Amino acid sequence: MLSIKNLHANINDKEILKGINLEIKAGEVHAIMGPNGSGKSTLSAVIAGKEEYEVTQGSVILNNEDLEDSAPEERAHKGIFLSFQYPVEIPGVTVTNFIKTAINETRKAKGQEELPAKDMLKLIREKADLLEIDRKFLSRSLNEGFSGGEKKRNEIFQMAMLEPKLAILDETDSGLDIDALKVVANGVNKLKSKDNAVLVITHYQRLLDYIVPDFVHVLHNGKIVKSGGKELALELEAKGYDWLK
Amino acid sequence: MELKDKLVSSFLAFENKGGLDLDSNVHELRLKAIQNFENQGFPSKKDEEWKYTNLKPLLKNDFCLFPETKNPVGYKNIREYLINEIESYTLIFVDGVFSSFLSDTTHEECDVCVLSSALTKPKYKMVIDNYFNTIAKENNSLAELNTAFTKEGAFINIPKNTIVPKPIQILYFSTGSENEVLLQPRNLVVVGENSHVQIIERHQNLSKNTTFTNAVTEIFAHKRAIVDFYKIQNDTNASSLVDSTFVSQKQQSVASVHTYSFGGKMTRNNLEFYHEGEHITSNLNGISILNGKQHVDNHTLVNHKFPNCESHELYKGIYSDKSAGVFNGKVIVQQAAQKTNAFQQNNNILIDDGASINAKPQLEIFADDVKCSHGCTIGQLDESALFYMQSRGIPKKEAKALLLFAFGNDVVEKIKIPQLKSRITKLIAENLGVQLGFDL
Repeated sequence: MLSIKNLHANINDKEILKGINLEIKAGEVHAIMGPNGSGKSTLSAVIAGKEEYEVTQGSVILNNEDLEDSAPEERAHKGIFLSFQYPVEIPGVTVTNFIKTAINETRKAKGQEELPAKDMLKLIREKADLLEIDRKFLSRSLNEGFSGGEKKRNEIFQMAMLEPKLAILDETDSGLDIDALKVVANGVNKLKSKDNAVLVITHYQRLLDYIVPDFVHVLHNGKIVKSGGKELALELEAKGYDWLK
Repeated sequence: MELKDKLVSSFLAFENKGGLDLDSNVHELRLKAIQNFENQGFPSKKDEEWKYTNLKPLLKNDFCLFPETKNPVGYKNIREYLINEIESYTLIFVDGVFSSFLSDTTHEECDVCVLSSALTKPKYKMVIDNYFNTIAKENNSLAELNTAFTKEGAFINIPKNTIVPKPIQILYFSTGSENEVLLQPRNLVVVGENSHVQIIERHQNLSKNTTFTNAVTEIFAHKRAIVDFYKIQNDTNASSLVDSTFVSQKQQSVASVHTYSFGGKMTRNNLEFYHEGEHITSNLNGISILNGKQHVDNHTLVNHKFPNCESHELYKGIYSDKSAGVFNGKVIVQQAAQKTNAFQQNNNILIDDGASINAKPQLEIFADDVKCSHGCTIGQLDESALFYMQSRGIPKKEAKALLLFAFGNDVVEKIKIPQLKSRITKLIAENLGVQLGFDL
């Protein structure tokens, strides 16, 4: 599904990613772990198409299509979803209106009609129930005054609505207590299928107790220095990252 | 001949044109006003209050002072400028002349009619003598000019304990039979004790010609009265407007003036609130969305004279291309005005490098037990918010518009007439060049 080949990326002329190779197939869950500053968030932003980053070498290929020239919204239309570490607050736009706009813009891009209001409402309710989200929450301004847990749950709600092929969860566990973590992880697990894939980016192993990866990769200094199964995460938790440097 | 000289020498012609109340006290005020104007002249950039707004290019036009309407205006010409979705009283003026044919006035529970008739009918003499030109300031030479040539405008007189059942729409049109037209409408609004009125005002140029409107509105809110005044400024790029609005409030009254500036070549809003009692609330809301070379200057004053009053001021601006904004918010808290709550906020977004805003909060506080705050921000669109929205499949242009909508939303939220709110929302979308799939 996603194929990253020899990816190099800069920000402000500083090289952050120094040759990443990664293959993700449909139905798989991959985890990328690594210390602060290793390039984890850069990798997720580059896949999602953030313009500040300059790809100097290599490519990101989604379902045989090179994403090089795709704007972030086009990548979203093609099925990439990025759950943000720090979701942005947008006062004045409700969760419902935001997701409506996102869904309808995506449909428009695919040449489909807008989803009728009734069907939209039904879909929103269905997904909110699936993720145990209070309906009142949907009429609040997007992320404004949300707790850390609410913000992350809202990200997963949007993921549920948009049904991406590849979901990237960037530090979804940061700032969450254990109960919130379980709720969010549960949501992701419910959305997982043999047709989509999940890339979990995390500093700590604890999220991986709940979203169990098929593969774990260790990122250090802009390169993947070790790959393995889920047991690698436990090893990292016990030993830290220093032994890999 | 310079415009000033032309105006002064035209005063005699104005008197002789007929239809004026030449024996009245108002005419005494006119005579005094033309003298004041002659002494003061138009403000120039040397005046501190006009530092960032230059009238000079505008004043070079050879304005026609007494325009005539050659092509009659019908309902179909003006329909789009009315808020049709609501029942309302309407006062429609074409080239400075009242159109009874297009208007819907009343004298039943209250007077919603025209100033020219109020100035000449004995039964209104007391109201006119008590209120007319009592708060329009003499040091405002443009207001003086308006006073000198006062002839027509809206006269709204609400007795006590009256809730005006429908909003009042005041529309001034110009048809541009002459190339350059100067219009000077004058509104007087008196709202009695416990009464409530909602007013929507708009100036609209129906031609491509140059217009300059120098409008003055005086509003009096008596004890516990509630006044909501909405100004829609979405005129053509050949139209300039100086709007001076003065509000006098008695105890426990609530007066709100909302200013939506989306169009016009040059707009200057002088908005002044004077308190004459305790427990008064004054609300000043404004949003400017400008592009091209448009210029909007919001000059506001809230004068707190009595204890236990509050004022809430919120102005937002979105400036594209080479447009320019000015915000000057003066708040005076006099020594007697203890326990005042005065809040002022002015937020601006500059979209393009050529756009500018000059913002100046000005607080003069002489009382010691007050809560006053002011906040002023000038920024650009938040790139990380844009990326966030794009990553959800919302294209950049729509994402920008959504963010700008959200930015202006708290001003729009304050509109109490739902139909007006959706009209303003639509105008904002138009000005941002997008269609939104929902109402905010």
